[in-house]
Amino acid sequence: MMGLFGDFEEAHDAIADIRRNEVPGLTVDDVTMTSPIEHPEVEEVLGERPVHIQKFTLFGAIFGVVFGFIFLAAAQASFLVQPQGGKPVIALPSNIVLVYEMLIFFAVWLTFFSFIFLSGLLKKRSSLYSEKVSLDQVAIIVEIDESIGESVKELFEKHKVLEIREEAIR
Amino acid sequence: MTMVTEKDINEQIAWAKINTDVLKSMENPRPAYWVTLAVCIAMVACAVLAEYIQYTVGMGTADLNNPHMWDMYIAAFVFWIGMSHSGTLLSAILHLIHADWRKPIYRFAEAMTTFSLLTAGIFPMIHLGRVWNLYWVLPYVSDRGIWPNFRSPLVWDAFAITTYLTASMLFLFVGMIPDLAICRDNTTGWRKKLYGILALGWVGSDRQWRHFRKIYLLMACFLIPLAVSVHSIVSADFAMSIMPGWHITSFPPYFVAGALYSGCAAIITLFILLRYFFRFEDYMTLPIMEKTAKLTFAIAMVWTYLNLIEFASVWYGHDVYNKELLIAKATGAYAWIFWTMLFCGSVLPFALAFRKLRRHMPTMFVVSLFLNLGMFFERWMIVAPTLSMSHEPHQWDIMYGSIIEWAIVFGSFGWFGMLFLIFVKVFPSVSMYEVKEMVFHRKLSAGEEDLARMTDHAKPVTQTTGGGGA
Repeated sequence: MMGLFGDFEEAHDAIADIRRNEVPGLTVDDVTMTSPIEHPEVEEVLGERPVHIQKFTLFGAIFGVVFGFIFLAAAQASFLVQPQGGKPVIALPSNIVLVYEMLIFFAVWLTFFSFIFLSGLLKKRSSLYSEKVSLDQVAIIVEIDESIGESVKELFEKHKVLEIREEAIR
Repeated sequence: MTMVTEKDINEQIAWAKINTDVLKSMENPRPAYWVTLAVCIAMVACAVLAEYIQYTVGMGTADLNNPHMWDMYIAAFVFWIGMSHSGTLLSAILHLIHADWRKPIYRFAEAMTTFSLLTAGIFPMIHLGRVWNLYWVLPYVSDRGIWPNFRSPLVWDAFAITTYLTASMLFLFVGMIPDLAICRDNTTGWRKKLYGILALGWVGSDRQWRHFRKIYLLMACFLIPLAVSVHSIVSADFAMSIMPGWHITSFPPYFVAGALYSGCAAIITLFILLRYFFRFEDYMTLPIMEKTAKLTFAIAMVWTYLNLIEFASVWYGHDVYNKELLIAKATGAYAWIFWTMLFCGSVLPFALAFRKLRRHMPTMFVVSLFLNLGMFFERWMIVAPTLSMSHEPHQWDIMYGSIIEWAIVFGSFGWFGMLFLIFVKVFPSVSMYEVKEMVFHRKLSAGEEDLARMTDHAKPVTQTTGGGGA
């Protein structure tokens, strides 16, 4: 079920009521809020939900350093036909510059891909998506059992919901 | 006396109006937009013709010969790399320090970064002459077992610019996703299809916003050191040599400051153009222009200081070749370029110190163009005099570039302009969701201030006096 609200305050208060267990059988874990702008304040009522992107970033950065250095060193070590003029075959100072670039290159790409997968992009949009959310309204989407539908509607109406939509999941 | 601070943006602006204004800009620009686009395409046509002549006749048409094996193309390459800096770097820095006035202008600044890099990337290809062998710069092993020389700053350039281009494109794209969803929901036809694909199914859920906040922060953190490293590496193309005028310790910060400077000047130019083309007076406001101009002024002073440091270290270093070159720059055949560079780069920015001038768009437009002229001359003064007056006097030769070179460099401005103008017509050049955020938070804090003021007024006089007096 989706309830569309005219402003963030009303939606925030509705989620706060859900958190206070005003509808038995419905918890904040079943709630998704969609909004036209970012509202970090919603975490006060939704609770802190984990974000793991930074782990992928770290992995990408480490991979960039390790792969970058091995790649460069292997290339340099196999290129012995070039006269080195007394310089080392594997030159650390210049490799540091390139490894630094590769660190960022792989970290940024891993960050991007992890963002796409972890934030649930590339999925088909549900019919409960409203285009009004991209304008100025805030939606609360809850996955509920049919039996508590009326109670949820009452709660939404208490917070001046503008529109309610429902979709059956089998 | 109470000082009234002008607001960066009208907090009462309706969110629906923000959507409408920005979406309308993509459909209905002023006729000047089309005229500018046509001029840009004509400039590109000049460059294509010149490149065709250079390609069929040979590099001699560009006057590239000993001692001028590097010339206008490399100066233009450095200029365009520099231009790319302000967009992403300033967007990232201002994001990290929570300077929300960046929000209406960062999108086009980031686009400027991407297209400047794409323009810069053309010059090494043109400069190579044999463009069909471009893939030789890629780090792969040839059939003779030869790798590129990883000790060469030119290979570092290839790595750094590739990384910077991909990272800044991702930064631009990620920042656009919520806006692409708005476009998807409010357009029809081919636009709806295009935005539908690019929005990646964004719905604005709390989960998506949470991850969005994190990725944007992480990318901003990576882009700042990356941008600094890119221009430091470009400076290494020169500084790692032992040529007089190039082998200078302060070159990396000098290049970074110059890059920021020309990028800021370009932001002012594009700010004024977009404001006019798309009727963005409500978003690209005078207070935001003032802040951008102040930032440019500050960077101009850093650049001036680094110039003076360079001159002083050469003068007191008593290296005869460097000193002779410095004197020749100031008094020789290139003197008019040298002094124009210093005038445009160090004297003209003082115009930005005057509030009246900062708020006068035609003046700011002209000033920003001259600032970038100064920055182009700066790159010319880095490349040309050193090659003209190197260690061997019998090689001395003055070089102003052939008509072919000038046509290609001139066309590069058209190429950049064309890409940029097409981008701002197809994609929103003002970030709708960020402007909404800006309006939302400023309205909230204004409300809190009003509440605090009202509470202060409601307090008993004795309490107020007591608190303040003590």
